[in-house]
Amino acid sequence: MFPFSFEWVWNTSHLVFHGGLWFALSIMGIGMTYCIVKAVRDTFRNEKDSHH
Amino acid sequence: MNSGLIPEGVKRCPTWKFALGVAIAGAVLLWGVYAMLLCWFKGLNQTNMNNAYGFALWIWADLAVIALGGGAFFTGFLRYIVGKDELKHIINYAVLIGFICYSSALLILAIDVGQPLRSWFIFWHANVHSMLTEVAFCLSCYFGVLTIEYLPLVLENRKIDQVPFFHHLGHNMHHIMAVFAATGAFLSFFHQGSLGGVSGVLFARPFGFREGVLIWPWTFFLFTWSAAACGPCFTISITKLTEKVTGKKLVKDNVVELLAKISGWMLTGYIIAKIADTIYWAAVTAPSKGFRMMDFYSHNSFYGLWILILEVGICGVLPAAILITDRGRRNQKTLVTAVVLASLGVCLNRWVMVLQMLAVPVLPFENWVLYIPSWQEVATTVLPVAYGVILIMVSYRYLPVFPQEPELNPVKS
Repeated sequence: MFPFSFEWVWNTSHLVFHGGLWFALSIMGIGMTYCIVKAVRDTFRNEKDSHH
Repeated sequence: MNSGLIPEGVKRCPTWKFALGVAIAGAVLLWGVYAMLLCWFKGLNQTNMNNAYGFALWIWADLAVIALGGGAFFTGFLRYIVGKDELKHIINYAVLIGFICYSSALLILAIDVGQPLRSWFIFWHANVHSMLTEVAFCLSCYFGVLTIEYLPLVLENRKIDQVPFFHHLGHNMHHIMAVFAATGAFLSFFHQGSLGGVSGVLFARPFGFREGVLIWPWTFFLFTWSAAACGPCFTISITKLTEKVTGKKLVKDNVVELLAKISGWMLTGYIIAKIADTIYWAAVTAPSKGFRMMDFYSHNSFYGLWILILEVGICGVLPAAILITDRGRRNQKTLVTAVVLASLGVCLNRWVMVLQMLAVPVLPFENWVLYIPSWQEVATTVLPVAYGVILIMVSYRYLPVFPQEPELNPVKS
């Protein structure tokens, strides 16, 4: 549920529950994005180095 | 045929033997899948659940595997956050066991909800006053964390590792694993606790009911503590079983002893808290609601004081006493006895907190309601065990699960 959903209420319960969920999902998402982007960069960099 | 996929420096059984093992476990798995399809297509009338047993064998199995899978979060916490470096030799297996346990818990829940296509409702139409909503959030997020922790191991497969992108991805994931492990510990703490919290606040006779701190009953903390104490014991049990089946030593004794020692002290702390909690409940909480302790252990044909003695004494005090002594840990027989008893103890605790609690009569004219699961419930509960066996077999064969294996079992060329 997001704040723009019609069921959303701006109270502590919604903020704590959904805040915790988004926090955990964000860490996983950002962490994996960082690993994938860095892996793509490392792969191209290594390929480039091996051509020299 | 598939020797190119097998990790370097280790020996594996012939393909036919492996295929036979997978086929046997696969047959059990298919039996479970058949029962699962019956439940999905014909509905929950396939079970023996009723008005007294809204929670039944599945919820016990869920709570038990989640507690046993606690080895992953606690070993990860010790390895990445506390910095117990020796545990890097067993963390892969702890993660694999945790992955199996949590995927099994989600699978059982998918059968239990009866209408799995609506599983997403809990995220979109969340009841933010329910501890079970927190459990659903944390459980699914932690399964995501476990998948992330298991992925680098899959990427270390000999063939997959030859692909540069996967090689770098695995390397990068290893680098920031502490972040994922910390997230996992945070999520685990809350969902393990909330499962216990549910028992503490349910409307029923004051059997599972407990007082506590703010909104959290004591059962919240006892569940988290027991999972952190007994989860690693289950990891050690399965490691020892794998060593027995493969006929090889896979992890050095000092690693197992360290994990057993930490578990032993965790278990000692937990069991002292559990005894204190039980005494307070028996002497203060239950009498304050008009009951005697023995009301909950008599007038029925199954639940007697024996279950309390078995859970707290034989499967709690005894393994704790063994695991905190050097002699107990160093003797393989006592070590295995202790870790198996501790694993059984946590399963028994979940049984008591789910099924005995529901068996207690609520209204004055009711009797104890005993319950025998249907074969469909049993088959769907055995299903994750078969799935776990297959995943362990495949992972052990093709992935470097035990980093010390080549050193402990040198292959003669």
